[in-house]
Amino acid sequence: MATVKKQFLNHNKLDKVFRVICVSAALLICLILAGVLVQLLYYALPAVKRFGFNFLVSSNWDPVNHIYGALPAITGTLLTTAIALLIAVPVSFIVAMYLVESASPYVSAPIGFALDLLAAVPSIIYGMWGLFVFIPFMQKLVRIMTGITFNGYGFLTSGIILALMILPFICAIMRDVFKMVPPVLKEAAFGAGATSWEVTCDINMKYGAGGLLGAIFLGLGRAVGETMAVLFVVGNIQAVPRSLLSSGTTIAATLANNFSEAEGILKSVLFELGLILLLISLAIQIVAQLWLNRVRKQMGEK
Amino acid sequence: MKRMLIAGLAATAAMSSPSTSAATLNGAGASFPAPVYRIWTYNYKQASGAKVNYQSVGSGAGINQIKSKTVDFGASDKPLKKVELDQAGLIQFPMLMGGVVIVVNVPGIANNQLKLDGKTLADIFGGKIKKWNDPTIMKLNPGIKLPAMPVTVVHRSDGSGTTWIFTTYLSQVSSVWEKQVGSGKAVKWPVGIGGQKNPGIANNVKKIPGSIGYIEYTYAVESKIPTVQLKNKAGKFVKPNLNSFQAAGANADWKNAPGYYMVLTDKPGAATWPITGVTYILIHKEQRDIAKAKTLLKYFDWCYKEGAAVAARLQYVPIPKPVVEMVEKNWTREISANGKKVWQP
Repeated sequence: MATVKKQFLNHNKLDKVFRVICVSAALLICLILAGVLVQLLYYALPAVKRFGFNFLVSSNWDPVNHIYGALPAITGTLLTTAIALLIAVPVSFIVAMYLVESASPYVSAPIGFALDLLAAVPSIIYGMWGLFVFIPFMQKLVRIMTGITFNGYGFLTSGIILALMILPFICAIMRDVFKMVPPVLKEAAFGAGATSWEVTCDINMKYGAGGLLGAIFLGLGRAVGETMAVLFVVGNIQAVPRSLLSSGTTIAATLANNFSEAEGILKSVLFELGLILLLISLAIQIVAQLWLNRVRKQMGEK
Repeated sequence: MKRMLIAGLAATAAMSSPSTSAATLNGAGASFPAPVYRIWTYNYKQASGAKVNYQSVGSGAGINQIKSKTVDFGASDKPLKKVELDQAGLIQFPMLMGGVVIVVNVPGIANNQLKLDGKTLADIFGGKIKKWNDPTIMKLNPGIKLPAMPVTVVHRSDGSGTTWIFTTYLSQVSSVWEKQVGSGKAVKWPVGIGGQKNPGIANNVKKIPGSIGYIEYTYAVESKIPTVQLKNKAGKFVKPNLNSFQAAGANADWKNAPGYYMVLTDKPGAATWPITGVTYILIHKEQRDIAKAKTLLKYFDWCYKEGAAVAARLQYVPIPKPVVEMVEKNWTREISANGKKVWQP
């Protein structure tokens, strides 16, 4: 009896230690985020003070006269991300749907394996491939299709490469989401006379809404902050996008290009750009959460 | 588990100990002379056993790192002014001279076939000349058939000493450029697209028909991109090569350059290549460790004397002997460790 009690006490102690470890690990996450924010803000302060709100809407980037504007980098980031999502989301949706619903195991297993492998390819490989293979291809493609001499570097090229990069991520998660839909639901729907398309729309999509959205936002998060692959193919100039074929930059590419040589106000400007990137990611997360809550409510979950 | 941990620790200790005991010199900075520095460090290890690490991270980063003392020497293509040197307690001396060249990718144009002058170059990089068959270019190149192809300017996307040398030249030869763009390690480029470092420019120029860019000479030779002849201050068209870079350095007056601050762009002389630059080494006047300081200066002495041949083979101009003597006298005068002189000639 006594030994049992002792053991019980020990367990109690162990539980407490475990709790402390868990809580401190969780707190550490908050601390890191807060630390990053404070650090970025601290170093960005000189630039914030100097350029104010104008920083966000000015496209003047003049290192000689120390005048900087973030509009090209911000718009470039948003445009490349939008192109990437527009291509990657529908394709991954269809691929995931096919893999789960209609492909035979002999087909879906190797494709699924390839998908997981693609997700593990480092981004610099995509960048190199983009530079040496895709850019010459785009030059020819655009010339043949439109007759325009296109140098190959720009937002469209970057967007397509980003799409290829995030596609495996989105697709792998969507596949898992579709897999989790209870077969009973689908069978019931088919039994009630629903078509494949109706089952996809009304059962799979609704049931997995949260997961699908999560997949999209994971891809989006990667596309927003991607550096190396974009750096190689975006053209690296401080210009607001004029067309899909025009060259420009993104926030991450601007940081990578300028950081090693930055001093004085430029360094502060780069920290402010970093802060903006972080805030964009945060805003995306918040919007995603809100949207998710709304979808859940519509579905009757409380 | 414990045994594994101990074994691991022992292994790391064994790996890290040689680097702390033997003299290792760390340097960082300019990418412009990096091809030479890479071979020098290798050869010097063979010759003397001392290990030198050089990271080609860019001139600005090199200056920052030597100022914060994270490296033993910094390297920069943009010389620091005497005031800035004194503030940071640094001494600066020239290590090599080299040429920035213009590379083009125009169908039908061979190496050194195209001729340009400074003003035309400024107009091309300024976006005023948009086609290769522009009358200004045609006039400089009678007898050459130029295509009606749009010009794509390729410039550096990262901050760079090479850009500083190039834009300094453009500002010297074109008042419009000086007013609208100016010179710096990074500038507000009116047109074009950016490439990362020298290889990035080489790559982009190779990929885009109708493109023009500026690049350190070695990279142009290595990647076999056609270069361009330029008209110098004396009004002569010159090809970029070791002789024309040397000619630019020949007229430099090092004696009257405080802190060896020297700009070699647009120099007089019939054979002078107009876009020549000097690359510098920066070290602290007050050294912490006398043995290390001695190794450091011994290395640079070796670079000046034994390294010159390698530099010339890579198309860089070694610093002339009288200037080396001046620099080494400076070492004796100015560099000390704990109150003791480091360099005895």
